[in-house]
Amino acid sequence: MEAIKEHKGLVFPLNRTNVDTDQIIPKQFLKRIERTGFGQFVFYNWRFDDNGNKREDFALNKSQFAGTSVLLAGENFGCGSSREHAPWALLDFGFKVIIAPSFADIFYNNALKNGIILIKMEESQITEWMKEAENGAFYLSIDLEKQEIQDDEGNAVHFDIPSYHKEKLINGWDDIALTLLNEDKIKAYEEATQA
Amino acid sequence: MSKPKTVIEKIWEKHVVHQEEDKPDLIYIDQHLVHEVTSPQAFEGLRLNNRKVRRPDLTFATMDHNVPTKNRDVVKDEISRKQMETLRKNCEDFGIKLADMFHPDQGIVHVIGPQLGLTQPGKTIVCGDSHTSTHGAFGALAFGIGTSEVEHVLATQTLMQEKPKTLNVHVKGDLGPGVTAKDLILAIIAKFGVKFGTGYVMEYTGEAIRNLSMEGRMTVCNMSIEGGARAGLISPDEKTVEYLRGREYVPKGEAFDKKAEEWLALATDEDAVYDKTVVINAEEVEPQVSWGTNPSMCVPISGTTPSLESVKEHKEDVKRALEYMGLEENQPITSIEIDHVFIGSCTNSRLRDLQNAAEIIKGKKVKDGIKAIVVPGSFTVKLEAEKLGIDKIFIDAGFEWRDSGCSMCLGMNDDIVPAGGRCASTSNRNFEGRQGNGARTHLVSPEMAAAAAVEGHFVDVRKFKSGVLS
Repeated sequence: MEAIKEHKGLVFPLNRTNVDTDQIIPKQFLKRIERTGFGQFVFYNWRFDDNGNKREDFALNKSQFAGTSVLLAGENFGCGSSREHAPWALLDFGFKVIIAPSFADIFYNNALKNGIILIKMEESQITEWMKEAENGAFYLSIDLEKQEIQDDEGNAVHFDIPSYHKEKLINGWDDIALTLLNEDKIKAYEEATQA
Repeated sequence: MSKPKTVIEKIWEKHVVHQEEDKPDLIYIDQHLVHEVTSPQAFEGLRLNNRKVRRPDLTFATMDHNVPTKNRDVVKDEISRKQMETLRKNCEDFGIKLADMFHPDQGIVHVIGPQLGLTQPGKTIVCGDSHTSTHGAFGALAFGIGTSEVEHVLATQTLMQEKPKTLNVHVKGDLGPGVTAKDLILAIIAKFGVKFGTGYVMEYTGEAIRNLSMEGRMTVCNMSIEGGARAGLISPDEKTVEYLRGREYVPKGEAFDKKAEEWLALATDEDAVYDKTVVINAEEVEPQVSWGTNPSMCVPISGTTPSLESVKEHKEDVKRALEYMGLEENQPITSIEIDHVFIGSCTNSRLRDLQNAAEIIKGKKVKDGIKAIVVPGSFTVKLEAEKLGIDKIFIDAGFEWRDSGCSMCLGMNDDIVPAGGRCASTSNRNFEGRQGNGARTHLVSPEMAAAAAVEGHFVDVRKFKSGVLS
C-alpha cells in the first residue's frame, strides 16, 4: 500500500448513519477478480437509477463535489459484509480520508490495509463540518503525524488514532512482509502445538 | 488458583504466536475457509510476491456465493463463471482442497464447516465473509476478514489482531413456545442496536442459549456481526460434543473423547469477568419481523412500524428506511403483504430449519402470486431433507426446491427479488438493494416465513400453529 502522511481535500458530506458495504459497492460488482477499477461503482444505487443514468438528487453527482477526497459520514460507517471491494471502490473513486463518529470493525481493518486514513471524530464536530460542506468548496487538511485536522481558516482539531495504525499508514507497511520477519516464531508455534 | 477466564480469553491466549508492546498480537489461525468472491485478489497477491500457501492442509474452499441453484450445468453469467474457474485454478495451483459446485460436500461455507466437523471448539477460524461468526456456536473464535487478510492468512497462517474486548450477551429465562433462535437474535439486535458489539467479541450465555439446538446456536452466532461484533460464540457443552461426534474431520474413538475433554474445559469459568454485559429477558421475546433497512429496525409481530414523532435520533434515516420499504409509519406488521419468500442462507438453511418450516407448510398452499423458494444450505442438507420427504412437502405447497448456495440472501446469482418486490426472508441482512436493486427485505424465522407464504402477509406463527389462522 502507498504511504500517506498528510492530505488536503474537498469534503463530501454523506449525512447518513450505518452506511453498509452493500451501499458502498453493490454485490453485482463483486465478481471481478482484480483489485482495481471499482471506483466507478461506488455508492452505485445512490448515484445511478435503474437505467444507469445519474440521479440528480444525490449530491455526489453534483459538479461542486467533483474531485472530492475527504468523506464525512454518520456513525457505524462500513457495517455489513467483509468485502474489501468497499475500500477498494472508495479509494479508486478518490477518497483518501474518511471521518465518522464510528466505523464497523472489519471495514476499519480493510480500509487501513489499503492506506485510507480513517478518523473517528465526535458527532457534534462532524455535524458542524457537514453543514459547512453542504454546498461544496469546503476543504480539510489532515496531518497524520500531528494528528490534526485543519480547515481553511486555520481552525485545528486534534484526533486520536492508535499509534500502530498511524505508523503503518505513514510508512505504507506491508503486513505480510512484516509478519514473515517472525516466521521462526510461527514455525516454533506450529512445532509446539503440532498444528 | 489462576484467574477465572472467559472462553474468549482462553482461546486467544492459546493462539498468540508473538506479542510486542503497542502492536497487535500475532495469532495463529487453525482453520481458513475460502470461497470464490473474496479470494481471487488474495491468490493474485501471492503470485505477484512469489509466495506460497503456508498450510494448504488448514485451508478448505468451496463455491457458494455465485452458484446457480437450478440448472447448475449452465452458468449463464460469464463473470461468475470466471470467478469460479479462478477459484478452481487457485486451489489446484496451491494444493487446496475444494468442494466445487458438483462436489457432495459443496454448500454455504458456514453450513459445511460444522457439517464436516472442520469447525471445532477452541479453534481460530477465519473466512473472507462476515458471517464466519456462525462457527462461534461451537465455542470457536471465528470471524470474517477482508481479502488482504485472506492473503495474510494464506501466506503466514496468522493474523495481526488487537485483543478484543469481551461482551457477555446474557439471555435470562427461556424462550416461549413457537419463539425461535432467529427471533431471539433479532430481538437482541433490535434492543441493543447494530453497533453495540463493535470492538468486542460476544459470548452468549444463559438458560435460553443452553437450551438451543446447535442449529439454533448457529443462527444466533451468525448474526453477531449485525450487532457489530466480528465474532460471537457460545461456551462448548455436551450438546456441542454430541453434534460433532462422528463427523468427517474430527478425531475418532478414544482420541475424540480426549479431545472432547479439552473442548469442555474451554467453557467460561465461573466468576470470569467481561468488559461489558447486556441482559435480555427471553420470556419477553415474540416472533420478530424487520420493517426497515438494517437488522435493528425490527419489531415483534404484534407491533407496528415506528411513528416518526417518537424517533429521537437520526429521524431522517428512519424516514428514508420507511420510504425505501414502501411502508407508512404506525403500520401494523400483520398488514404487510409479501410477494416473495426465501428460506435459506447461512442463517437458516440447515436441516432443522427446513424441518421447522415444513411443519408449518405441510398440507397447505403458498398463496397465489407469491414466488417461494427453499435453498438448502448444502448438498448434504438437501439429500437428508429429501430422504425425509421434506422436499415433497415444500413442492406440494408450491415452493421451488433448489440446489444449495447463498442464493437470494444477496442475489449474486440469478435468484433476485425484483425492484419493488417484497420478500419474507430467513437471511440476515435487510439492507437496501441486498436481495436485488429496489427489493424490500423482511427478516424472519423459517417458521414465520412459511406462515407468511400461506397467508400472503405476516402472521403470528404461534396463532397459525394453534389453528386460529387457516
